Amino acid sequence: MLTITDLVKVYPTGQSALAGVSITVDKPQVVAIIGPSGAGKSTLIRCVNRLVEPTSGTIVLDGVEVTAMSRREVRKVRRRMGMIFQEYNLVERLTVMENVLSGCLGYVSFWRAYRRNYPAADVAAAFELLDRVGLTGYQDTRADALSGGQRQRVGIARALMQRPDLLLVDEPTASLDPKTARQIMRIIVELAHERGTPALVNLHDVHLAQSFADRIIGLREGKIVFDGSADGLNHQVLTDIYGEEDWSTTVVRPKGVAPGDRPKEDIEREAAAG
Amino acid sequence: MSAPATWRPPSLVPNPLYRYGLMALAGGYVLWSVGSLEVDWNRVAQGFPRAGGILGRMFPPDFSRWELLLRGVTESVEMALAASFVGMIVAVPLGLCAAVNLAPMPVYLLARSVIVFTRTFHEVIVAIVFVKVFGFGPLAGVLTLIVASVSFIAKMVAEDIENMQPGQVEAIRATGASFPKVLIYAITPQILPRYLGVSIYRLDANVRHSTVVGIVGAGGIGQTLSASFSRYDYDFSLAILLTIVALVFAGEFFSNWVRGRLR
Repeated sequence: MLTITDLVKVYPTGQSALAGVSITVDKPQVVAIIGPSGAGKSTLIRCVNRLVEPTSGTIVLDGVEVTAMSRREVRKVRRRMGMIFQEYNLVERLTVMENVLSGCLGYVSFWRAYRRNYPAADVAAAFELLDRVGLTGYQDTRADALSGGQRQRVGIARALMQRPDLLLVDEPTASLDPKTARQIMRIIVELAHERGTPALVNLHDVHLAQSFADRIIGLREGKIVFDGSADGLNHQVLTDIYGEEDWSTTVVRPKGVAPGDRPKEDIEREAAAG
Repeated sequence: MSAPATWRPPSLVPNPLYRYGLMALAGGYVLWSVGSLEVDWNRVAQGFPRAGGILGRMFPPDFSRWELLLRGVTESVEMALAASFVGMIVAVPLGLCAAVNLAPMPVYLLARSVIVFTRTFHEVIVAIVFVKVFGFGPLAGVLTLIVASVSFIAKMVAEDIENMQPGQVEAIRATGASFPKVLIYAITPQILPRYLGVSIYRLDANVRHSTVVGIVGAGGIGQTLSASFSRYDYDFSLAILLTIVALVFAGEFFSNWVRGRLR
């Protein structure tokens, strides 16, 4: 479905964001990308829809090379990639409905977009999505009147309005409280599974990644240092990704992992705590 | 080691030598500029009685030629409305071209140059040129106000576009929308309220400026005022001045009212 090969991005400032990243997503799964700030997570998913131009490497979506496309072709392929943002990025002064319908801007003519005259099927789909994300009745509310969680729900509806073949999700919960964060992650993961859409989700919260992702990729300084299931996250892996720290409270010991995989102090502390 | 108990905010000029030197320079400049003002107190003394004389002849204001007055006011308001309308429309493409985050560099530089150039000259100077070219009357005045309105509104539009939230634009681009659609869907909603506010403000400003450009012969109530002064009809002049005050007040109130309702 999605194959990223040797992706490199060096910004004009000389800052290296990605140093040869290769990822293959061959089934509809939710892939969490974790890593410290500046590891290249945002750059990676923005390279996929070419909001950021990669320096070298290839990205192939369903057999078509995105990295070789002209600007016009890029616009076309972007229609098939729904994107969800950390700061929601709704058009604040437009209504919820206009924001959701902006998901089909790539398909309607300029005048239809200008007059907000969308095809009936799209309007129906938008109402259904609003129901699905729990915003029934909010269609005429202006986006700037919504809470953070509600805004992100609109963001999700807008992305799914595109009927995407791939979801690109950039820190969807970083601006939300823990409970809302879990609700939002649940909606994204459920919808991705329901529709069989693979999703690349940048997360900085390791717990959320462990709870919701089918697969976790650890990025550090533009390189992949871990690629596996949530069970594979242990003290050593987290140290590889983020650096030395006491991970004993973060690592939920998965079944079948030998106690020796974790530092002795942790085990002793746990034993002392009873 | 004990923690220090006193703390002062760091000075703007850390070096005390520079700091006191700058203060001395500033003080010296004030003394010098006061000393170099050459006020001819004789002329001041003569001016006051003359001002009293003119004021005396102004009262009571003479509204008897109200038809002439009304014609001037109408012409001024028409000039302001026409100039604002044309200015609003022409300013949009110019403003888009003058936003560094939208336009390619050569286009940006050209558009900025146009704006800077048209803002260089005061309305009165522009009006004098247009009066020379197109003759006396409101056409020169309207053109003057159009030039001023276009550059003013375009500058504001450009700056508003440069200050908009890039995330909203990024999100709309990510849906696969082309630039015209990004323009109407992500950029317009962000700048529309301020654009309308600035345009209304400009309408208010044009009413005021239309009275000024008339003085150099570019039509409107200002031309009527200028004529009355040169004929020593000071009572009529006062009537015109009072009318201008009322007009500007009305414009100000209208502009504030409209802008208060935009958001």
